[in-house]
Amino acid sequence: MVTLRSPALYVDIGTMSLNSDEVRRIAQLARLAVDDREAEGFAAGLSDIFDFVEALDAAEIGGVEPMAHPLDAEQRLRPDAVTEPDQRELFQAIAPAIDGGLYLVPRVIE
Amino acid sequence: MKLDTLASWARRLRVRDISSRELTEFYLGRIDRLDSQLNSFISVTPDLALAAADAADERLARGEEAPLLGLPVAQKDIFCTQGVRTSCGSKMLDNFIAPYTATVVERMNTAGAVMLGKTNMDEFAMGSSNETSHYGPVRNPWDPERVPGGSSGGSAAAVAARLVPAATGTDTGGSIRQPAAFCGITGVKPTYGRVSRYGMIAFASSLDQAGPMAASAEDCALMLNAMAGFDPRDSTSVERPAEDFTAGLRADLKGLRIGLPREFFGEGLDPGVRAAIEAALAVLRERGAELIEISLPNSGLSVPAYYVVAPAECSSNLARYDGVRFGHRCDEPRDLTDLYTRSRAEGFGAEVKRRIMIGTYVLSAGYYDAYYLKAQKVRRLIADDFRRAFGQVDVIAGPTSPETPFRLGEKSADPVQMYLSDIYTIAVNLAGLPGLSMPAGTVGNLPVGMQLIGNYFDEARLLGVAHQFQQETDWHARMPAPFV
Repeated sequence: MVTLRSPALYVDIGTMSLNSDEVRRIAQLARLAVDDREAEGFAAGLSDIFDFVEALDAAEIGGVEPMAHPLDAEQRLRPDAVTEPDQRELFQAIAPAIDGGLYLVPRVIE
Repeated sequence: MKLDTLASWARRLRVRDISSRELTEFYLGRIDRLDSQLNSFISVTPDLALAAADAADERLARGEEAPLLGLPVAQKDIFCTQGVRTSCGSKMLDNFIAPYTATVVERMNTAGAVMLGKTNMDEFAMGSSNETSHYGPVRNPWDPERVPGGSSGGSAAAVAARLVPAATGTDTGGSIRQPAAFCGITGVKPTYGRVSRYGMIAFASSLDQAGPMAASAEDCALMLNAMAGFDPRDSTSVERPAEDFTAGLRADLKGLRIGLPREFFGEGLDPGVRAAIEAALAVLRERGAELIEISLPNSGLSVPAYYVVAPAECSSNLARYDGVRFGHRCDEPRDLTDLYTRSRAEGFGAEVKRRIMIGTYVLSAGYYDAYYLKAQKVRRLIADDFRRAFGQVDVIAGPTSPETPFRLGEKSADPVQMYLSDIYTIAVNLAGLPGLSMPAGTVGNLPVGMQLIGNYFDEARLLGVAHQFQQETDWHARMPAPFV
């Protein structure tokens, strides 16, 4: 399904080499605690993977529509009716910390 | 008692040659005696199994018919089972007792299946060797020094050693087909949308699909009949009338056009695997199939595209593990950020963290077009290659994996080498097509799997080709010696 559109411009990402500071930034975005030793290990592994992924630069994708769903299916809609019963107690039975039907986390606002 | 196939057990249960309780006790006994060599189960549930077996015996006594009535099965530990730990192979969910049941499990239970337990797997289904499991690696029953493949390695090893006649698996990039090949069993990844993903712990939602793993194509067809079907609770479930996957088993191979992608027989393919696949193809040709060389020119881009798309979806799906509502929570969090970051750091293993970080990076501001959008476009090129090929041929065939099972630890230090283990299977997930792996020969003592790829919703044809092959050969009936 080729449409008449000019090829998009892509950032030339060059050979990837992530350092441990960048890994720490990504880990922070991903809400993962990493120590210095781990950050170095991940830097090497992730750099290899991004190098490998650079093969995609060779693809001729001008005018190609991105594919989000294998069957290009559209979102199915259902009537706007309540279908789920309240199961709060069942679901909170496996929570790490609850009180009076609330999930407990460390204080957010002082 | 002698081992038998799922289909044969089904017939024998119906004529009351054996009871479900006897059958269930027989397989529970094998797990108890033999699984210490494999580590293929994370949880064994004998009490639930025996209760289900007794209920099945009552239904059988009343003359009820149901597709899996009284048959022992195992569920990959990625499927939620109410009241039973559902760990997904992760420390994160080691304490997670699922509060609801996955559609696949529910459908199989309704069909009368008796669950013996939950099988081991790579953590969150991320791996090709079953070495990333929090519960330790699974060993290949054909050689305990080698991996069973992954991520459905526990299901594959358990079925290969006949600790259970059939099991479920899930396949995001090859996780049913590659372990099926490595363990010498038959496994099917259905068309995307065929089998409900409700209650199946999500890894990459546009690729994940559940399917059956069993000794033969006939057994897989029986399982798929129970597993497949529309589910309104999965927004990507496909609305199609129910299909009997056993109906096509007796199909004639005469005139069947089998495409052989030259890219699947090129550099990197182990010569022993190649020889086994060529011999298997000769069997299909003798039965009247026509072999046609085809090309899937973009298939070389499938692994790179996958390692953008799958981690991107994984980073989003795994954001739910926050230490607040369920799963692992760190001790004495200082503040909310500390709660999130430390709970996740303690709960996830290295490979899961790696993929979450790849995904986070490729979706982060400024990189989306360079990675994710580009990969989604390449994904369409790959799907279009298949579309063109299926204009010429009915089925595509080739090796499932470029090599026989590798040694434990052999690829652990090199993620990219590990990822390339799925080089022939990943394109099928990106396109959303059905694929099957069946035992097609050996190299030394190690099994070789042949992959069959079908057009959308053509599972019955794949099962028919595999069944016909299994009428001519006995690779699927062979068993690793220590488990006979």
